[in-house]
Amino acid sequence: MAKKIINRVLVSIPVLIGVIFIIYVMLNIIPGNPIEVMMAEHARQDVIDRISAYYGLDKPVWEQFLIYMKNLLHGDLGVSYKLNRSVNSLIADAFPYTLKLAIAAAIVSWLIGIPAGILSAIHENTIVDRLFMGFSLLGVSMPVFWAALIFQYIFAYRLAWVPVSGADTWQSYILPAIVLGWSSAGTIARLTRSNLLEVLEEDYIRTAWAKGLSQAGVILHHAFKNALLPVITMMAIQVASLLSGAVITETVFAIPGIGRLAVDAITNRDMPLLQGTVIFTTILIIAGNLIADILYSVIDPRIREK
Amino acid sequence: MSEANTLEIRHLRTVFHTRKGDLAAVNDVSLTVPKGKIVGIVGESGCGKSMTAMSVMQLVRKPGEIESGQILFRGEDLLQKTPGEMQKIRGDRISMIFQEPMTSLNPVYTVGHQVEEALRIHEHLSKEELHRRAVEIFEAVGIPEAEERLKSYPHQLSGGLRQRVMIGMAMICKPDLLIADEPTTALDVTIEAQILALMKKLRDENGTSILLITHNMGVVAKMCDFVYVMYAGRVMEQAEVFELFRNVQHPYTAGLLQSIPRIDHVVDRLYTIPGVVPNLLHLPAGCGFCTRCRYAQDRCYEELPELREIAPGHFIRCFSTNQELSGKEESHA
Repeated sequence: MAKKIINRVLVSIPVLIGVIFIIYVMLNIIPGNPIEVMMAEHARQDVIDRISAYYGLDKPVWEQFLIYMKNLLHGDLGVSYKLNRSVNSLIADAFPYTLKLAIAAAIVSWLIGIPAGILSAIHENTIVDRLFMGFSLLGVSMPVFWAALIFQYIFAYRLAWVPVSGADTWQSYILPAIVLGWSSAGTIARLTRSNLLEVLEEDYIRTAWAKGLSQAGVILHHAFKNALLPVITMMAIQVASLLSGAVITETVFAIPGIGRLAVDAITNRDMPLLQGTVIFTTILIIAGNLIADILYSVIDPRIREK
Repeated sequence: MSEANTLEIRHLRTVFHTRKGDLAAVNDVSLTVPKGKIVGIVGESGCGKSMTAMSVMQLVRKPGEIESGQILFRGEDLLQKTPGEMQKIRGDRISMIFQEPMTSLNPVYTVGHQVEEALRIHEHLSKEELHRRAVEIFEAVGIPEAEERLKSYPHQLSGGLRQRVMIGMAMICKPDLLIADEPTTALDVTIEAQILALMKKLRDENGTSILLITHNMGVVAKMCDFVYVMYAGRVMEQAEVFELFRNVQHPYTAGLLQSIPRIDHVVDRLYTIPGVVPNLLHLPAGCGFCTRCRYAQDRCYEELPELREIAPGHFIRCFSTNQELSGKEESHA
């Protein structure tokens, strides 16, 4: 087991290097000197040159890449052009906000998605099924920014139950968590439903009925654990992408998380910061997949032995 | 009725409501399983034998539905029971094993967990007691190193061992009736012989009645006390096992017996009954077998023959007996 995990981590390293390379190339073929963009037209050429030299931008691109990789090996993501602070500390400051939002959204999504999926499967093709599936379809289909604005209008402005935006109190996370959670709940619900329906056709489910188990016993004990496998992968990937920052939600609700950081970096042509957030995201996604794989083998003994 | 019969099915009719119309998978079937006896249901795929079993368990899934009849289990009609009462009977008084031992066990739980679960549902026992009984039943069904094997997952066991686990699981509550739906079809012949011997042994030790569903006449001859031959949802012939093999009278049963390959006969082609099982939606008005019967006459297409007794305890659903029919053919020739 431990050997398998180490193997997986080692396999992830080339993936990570590849991703970093692609990001670096893509961000560097965008035309224009970022320093010039930042300083606008009033700056003198010698100032621009001096600052470019300070950030190492006067060197050829391949040399810049090697320097960047060398720093990266030491865990240093560079310095933000715009804010003149280390990218590491900027991400470290933003991450707690994103983490809180991601956890809250994931909980909302599981609390809605899994029960909705189970109930839909049990009541397949009835009004209950249609209701739950319609509800989750709505969550998937609504654009997040639109849902966010509507929710802000109703619950924050009209009813004044929760703050409109910000991240000062835990109440501020309620609306963004519901908006984000609902949209991922739809996927979870549909996946749970279809997997459960498939598993309910299996021979061992017939055996479970023949043993004299109740419906709850058959479904929750025998069917659910088998149906859960693909759902877990989905959940792990969703959490990873939630952790890498919900760009739109964080912007609409003014939460200073990773998503906001990335948006600001793009607007400011702040390459080190943008690279930093993208690499951070990549690592999270790879970790999410790894965790899903580990959970897989915890649940299914057949995978454990392979 | 007397307690001499564990199971008595009377005029059972199980129907599937399909888009193209209703389809009677089990049509007016009556059968009796006397206490401590092994009763066989034989027939080709799709003849309704498994559906008869699932009807007894009341595990017929939609769009199927038990339409009419009685299923008397130790004198009580199971069809009058509430779902809760049925749940208590399933796995405790009536248990079932299936054709596919490879897929009939849940892959994510140990076999020990699954066997103990069968007992835990029906009896309130301590953990130690559950474990002790599981070891005991594993030993009884001939699983070596029972303690160790309880910790195995299904995929770690062979097909024969898994079927032993299934039998152990079914027998752990000492049921009155065991329904075995093609329990050895997926196994090779040496394992088949072992499993059949095991079922017989358990019957002898516990007095469990067995309803054995199979398409294999050899298994019937080896195991059963009584036989029901089913075709297209109906019983075609029923008799005590020696009577049936000695004095087979329905053309369909005769065809089934003729289809068994014999080691002492050299033939170029094995015998088969011509044609296929008819679509249950488009059954002929008369005898279900008439489209494949070599003796079929006009009357057979129009009129459904009743089950009639031709010898004590020997019933056939045919206007003639095989004797008369084959005699007629010879005189024609």
